[in-house]
Amino acid sequence: MTKKIKNLNLNFGPQHPAAHGVLRLILELDGEVVEKADPHIGLLHRGTEKLIENKTYMQAVPYFDRLDYVAPMNQEHAFALAIEKILDIDVPIRGQFIRVMFCEIGRILSHILNVTTQALDVGALTPSLWGFEERETLMTFYERASGSRLHANYFRAGGVHQDLPAGLETDILKFCETFPKIINDLENLLTDNRIFKQRNVDIGIVTKQDALDYSFSGVMIRGSGVPWDLRKSQPYDCYEQLEFKVPVGKNGDCYDRYLCRIEEMKESVSIIKQCLAKMEKGPVKTFDGKITPPSKKEIKQSMEALIHHFKLFTEGYRVPEDEIYTAVEAPKGEFGVYLISDGSNKPYKCKIRAPGFSHLQSMDYLIKGHMLADVPAVLGSLDIVFGEVDR
Amino acid sequence: MNNLIDLEKKINSELGTKINSTKIKHNQIYAEIDKEDLIDVTLFLKTNKNTKFKQLIDITVVDYPEKPQRFKIVYLFLSHEFNQRIILNYCINENEVIPSLTSIFPSANWMEREVFDMYGVNFKDHPDLRRILTDYGFEGHPLRKDFPLTGHTEVRYNEDQKKVISEPVKLEQNYRNFDYESPWEGTKYIKELKENNDKKN
Repeated sequence: MTKKIKNLNLNFGPQHPAAHGVLRLILELDGEVVEKADPHIGLLHRGTEKLIENKTYMQAVPYFDRLDYVAPMNQEHAFALAIEKILDIDVPIRGQFIRVMFCEIGRILSHILNVTTQALDVGALTPSLWGFEERETLMTFYERASGSRLHANYFRAGGVHQDLPAGLETDILKFCETFPKIINDLENLLTDNRIFKQRNVDIGIVTKQDALDYSFSGVMIRGSGVPWDLRKSQPYDCYEQLEFKVPVGKNGDCYDRYLCRIEEMKESVSIIKQCLAKMEKGPVKTFDGKITPPSKKEIKQSMEALIHHFKLFTEGYRVPEDEIYTAVEAPKGEFGVYLISDGSNKPYKCKIRAPGFSHLQSMDYLIKGHMLADVPAVLGSLDIVFGEVDR
Repeated sequence: MNNLIDLEKKINSELGTKINSTKIKHNQIYAEIDKEDLIDVTLFLKTNKNTKFKQLIDITVVDYPEKPQRFKIVYLFLSHEFNQRIILNYCINENEVIPSLTSIFPSANWMEREVFDMYGVNFKDHPDLRRILTDYGFEGHPLRKDFPLTGHTEVRYNEDQKKVISEPVKLEQNYRNFDYESPWEGTKYIKELKENNDKKN
């Protein structure tokens, strides 16, 4: 007598610690082997794009913090660049350095979170304890510059909201001296760790061709051996003046992606150091009074400034009719903003291109034929944050 | 920039009648095509050795309810090899069905699902056209301009039925949309003055 064997359907999440947020992954299992994966997303959908269409350009910035909430300022950067290109305004050099510096801090924030939680998913607890201490230090830098640990709302079209407070630059420099030692400690724990390698080497392999077909970007495409980094190939702000290397993987598996992230953190530290060295005193945002609000001091003395302040914070500035796509190299990949302005004070359309969306889409292709226990490892190396996937 | 002009010429000469118009702006090429030519144009852009737009970055829609052809479908492509971007677009009516790109780019799958979810545009030959971002059982297409910002329904936990239920939105206070926009053309003249001064100098 033959027995009929039925495949098992398993709900992975939405309340699962290794799902990195609210992912409902429906797995079809044949024994322990995954036959099919169907990610259900949208449990964190907040309608960001709809909300942005109903807000002035300045009011729209905070929504970008809430997308990829582990590296908020990188998203704001894409939006600010889009508006600047349409309005055709220049950012003062100090403003550019501050923005790039905080973007790199964001990159470290995101990579620490990803590397350590990936380790956590495959069974190593210590890295996350060590790594999160450093994240906390970095978030205090965020707080000192913008007033908030996470939802910074710091970048503006034309620069940044305000200059850095006194002493912050020396503290960031101090951090840059001590942080490489922490990366070394993390590497000592993980890079040659037998269990970590067993769980990650040759798991979730992406070939070059598939990386292109599935619209991968960032570490996901570099891990597969495509040397592509928007900071190098389509430089924005002052990246052209900075020297840094782009680490590229060989095998395109989870382990290579982990190695890329570690190397990128080292490069980010070097970029931050260069920014601090090259930064000179000066203005941090454009002088165009129709876009930049006047300083508090001016408001107290000048009627004109008061009017401008009032108009900027009620009506906001208008952006001429145009259509543009701008992308930045966010920690997770190519983060793009497709902006359509219609000459009014609100965007007509603002499509957000989140890297995690296309990465998560390939889950079925990545996990097919792997064991159930590999699901968290692959998911961890995709670097998914639901704020940006669901938007 | 020169490369872009070359590319524009190339596309116009090779594809001829399939391209309605092209322009170069912000270091990108914008090309307008017809709905029927989408697959041909995309295949050409992907495989031709002088273009090599091997990555589909995104698909999106812009809604213009007042225009006769309501939706503008936009495709963004990237060529790693030549470091160029191209933006294709075409307009359709509300109930038109458009071809799917899933056979050429597997990543188009979710992007088209999102377009379907947000705008209600239907795709032909899509393997799995379901809603993606909105809730199970959601009605309407939220990114259309005639969909209200507050939505139609809200969900809450019902203590009696012991489950989450959805009911029509009730607001304690109406949504207040202040129109601060002044009727005067504000900022233009300053820029023009500046430009004129720059030209004089």
